[in-house]
Amino acid sequence: MPEGPAAGGAPPIEVRGLTKRYGEIVAVDGVDLTIEPGDVFGYLGPNGAGKTTSLRMMLGLIRPTAGSVRVFGRDPQVSVAALDGVAGFVEAPSFYPYFSGRRNLELFAALDGPAIGSAARIDEVLEVVSLRDRAKDRVRGYSHGMRQRLGIAAALLRSPRLLILDEPTTGLDPAGMRDMRELVLDLAARRITVLLSSHLLVEVDELCNRVAIVRKGSIAYEGSLAELRQTAGLSYLVRTTDDERAREILSRQPNVRAIEADTSEGLSFKAADERSVGHFSLGLAEAGIGVLELSPKHATLEELFFRLTEDRASPAPHAAEPAETPVAA
Amino acid sequence: MPSMFAIYRWELRKLRAQKRTYLGLGAAAVIPLIFVIALVTQGGEPRDVVFGRYVHDTGLAIPLVLLLFGSIWMFPLITALVAGDIVAAEDRHDTLKAILTRSAERHHIFAAKALAAASYAIAAIAITGVVALVAGILASGFNPITSLSGTEVSAPHGLALVGASMLVYLLPILAIASIALLLSTALRNSGAAIVGTLMFSLLLQLVDILPGLSALHPYLLSTQFNAWQGFLRTPVDWAPIVRAVWICALYAVPALVAAGLIFLRRDVASE
Repeated sequence: MPEGPAAGGAPPIEVRGLTKRYGEIVAVDGVDLTIEPGDVFGYLGPNGAGKTTSLRMMLGLIRPTAGSVRVFGRDPQVSVAALDGVAGFVEAPSFYPYFSGRRNLELFAALDGPAIGSAARIDEVLEVVSLRDRAKDRVRGYSHGMRQRLGIAAALLRSPRLLILDEPTTGLDPAGMRDMRELVLDLAARRITVLLSSHLLVEVDELCNRVAIVRKGSIAYEGSLAELRQTAGLSYLVRTTDDERAREILSRQPNVRAIEADTSEGLSFKAADERSVGHFSLGLAEAGIGVLELSPKHATLEELFFRLTEDRASPAPHAAEPAETPVAA
Repeated sequence: MPSMFAIYRWELRKLRAQKRTYLGLGAAAVIPLIFVIALVTQGGEPRDVVFGRYVHDTGLAIPLVLLLFGSIWMFPLITALVAGDIVAAEDRHDTLKAILTRSAERHHIFAAKALAAASYAIAAIAITGVVALVAGILASGFNPITSLSGTEVSAPHGLALVGASMLVYLLPILAIASIALLLSTALRNSGAAIVGTLMFSLLLQLVDILPGLSALHPYLLSTQFNAWQGFLRTPVDWAPIVRAVWICALYAVPALVAAGLIFLRRDVASE
């Protein structure tokens, strides 16, 4: 991978074999990840899975034990210049409490260089996050939601091409969460690549086109949400006038598996193709069993997430087998 | 990329916005005032210290007496109050991750912090010197001073010697600031860094008064607080001044290098 100036076609983030150990604890374990331009990439995992540690390494805040990070083709460990065009925050955004919101932004703008952060630009980003009225107040008096919004403003000051947001809606009220999601969608519409770390599945489902699911420091899945759902296979739900006999008929059908009868809604099963489902419906008719409902059922992201991240469930087909490592702090 | 000077200016603005800065600089101004007021109202003089017997003869003696008193804990504490906090405060507010992901290189940020801590220490000494001189001159007059060699030095010449003494006095102060900066960077805790710096300073003074360790005395940082007295001899005795330069450097440079390396290499992770 190239060093020095940003490589022309380099992806916003390319991570290979990224590992961080703290003594015996493996916080991040051989993560491979590529985020393409224009992605709204969900970095999904339970608390302690190593998401924030990975983000800190991507931003050059933590030295990897092994592996490499390239941001637009450059290594953030070599120079902070690798972060040109990159903004965001890890964990909660942080500020100097004794400065006003505006003064904090002025400071960050000064650290971005003389070309960034004119008063007009600061007004502009304060307007975007609806904080212009409170800009002269000390950050010490800001609510959590206001700090989150100021964190977005601080990020936008850099006119980023890549925005890294770590749990941006954590601690926000419903209206704040809605506003934050709308903001992310708006940024994505402007072709800003977004890396969104979250454990909120609804949020990721709503915002992201691609995801990586992290389990105990390793990537359990990386790809599009559509592909993830496909790997889980299509389930069907059937309700009949006689579920007991329907189950017998179902069990005799070829290309049908994973029959579950313990649902109060009826029977659920997986079929290799729609033809098999058709054969099953004919079998029900021949046996004189009335069909009340026969419908396809997509796995929810939540189901897939738990399947990939919890020990008791087997991983989804084609997903990378996660290594058994201690959970990150 | 921002210039180091731009980052330094922001470090000064941060100091200007913090109460501890005013606490330190306020003490640097108030203590000489209290000293002079006590001299005027109580009479008497600190005869046991150098120039103590001249405090009622000339205002020029006041800052020199305060330099002697201040070396025990006053100036180390005032210095450590900011230098011991300047990096640890970033840990306290969790702001390192915010400033290190902008466009400023780590070594520039560290250099700006070191310069800001030094600037504050210089300001503290300057404030004490100016307040002590003005208050002393008002109380005792702008009169000639008797040097340590017993010769009389004219008031203008004495004023220049007091200024030069203040400059030499800055050497051990800047060494103390470097040690406080190291502790601030390594411990990531303001309180521990400030107390640690003060303990280090007091420990050196303890060694200074132990007779069995007299061979070490010329190389102690505490000894260098008296190097300025070389200016108050006729002719000027440069030996303690030159020694103070390199001995203070021996304390300050390794501390600064160690602090810089820790700052450059540290992981910025949540505590």
